[in-house]
Amino acid sequence: MSSTPASRAGVRRPKYYDLSLAHLPPPGLVSIFHRISGALLFFPILPLMLSVLEGALGSQEGFTRISTLAGRPGVKLILLACTWAYAHHFFAGIRYLFLDMHMGVAKQPARASAVIVLVLGVLTTIVVGWRIW
Amino acid sequence: MVKPYTKNPVGAHYGTEGFLLQRFTAVVMAVYTVVAFALWLYRAPAGYADYRAMFAGTFGVFTLLALAALLYHAWIGVRDILMDYVKPMGLRLAVQFLVATVLVFYLFWAAAILWGRA
Repeated sequence: MSSTPASRAGVRRPKYYDLSLAHLPPPGLVSIFHRISGALLFFPILPLMLSVLEGALGSQEGFTRISTLAGRPGVKLILLACTWAYAHHFFAGIRYLFLDMHMGVAKQPARASAVIVLVLGVLTTIVVGWRIW
Repeated sequence: MVKPYTKNPVGAHYGTEGFLLQRFTAVVMAVYTVVAFALWLYRAPAGYADYRAMFAGTFGVFTLLALAALLYHAWIGVRDILMDYVKPMGLRLAVQFLVATVLVFYLFWAAAILWGRA
């Protein structure tokens, strides 16, 4: 407050970026995870799911091959990662649709809905994990 | 009398168009997700024949519609990410071209999967 804009102008100030996700408030976490999950859904999840669909719908042998593959623990983990990306993107997207309509934009409801979105994404992943294991 | 120029000569409205279509395609995919899950619960497909039957007909058409929505949605989304992180214009355009090509390929691939390749 004491320095005038003129005296500040010449000073090169250091920039500090806080890149740790742990310091982000819940809406910030929802946002960055929405971006990360969206990118993952485009690649590699979309081509992966299309090839799964191609295999499973192509022939009886293909279906059996995909079923056997889906039974392997490593593949199940990959499926769970895909599930989280889809679920988080889905729930976060619905939250954004409400925010676009100016519903729940105040700080407290926005935080609450962000927490709900984060929980629902993880919860869906847990339920799917419980079902496929 | 000079006729008023009704066409928008600048590209500013493309942003609104993208904004609205991003939300419209999201709703299409969200509805598809709920319908697909409900249908899967209802039919409880047990094997290859059941899954084939499930994707035959109306649900197959809805699947392709949802994928078409996804194509546009992913285009806007990936473009937004590229605009944030890829600054050199040439590289950004090259990646965008690749993304657009891949997305159109996915749509044709999906159609081939759903209705078999001749």
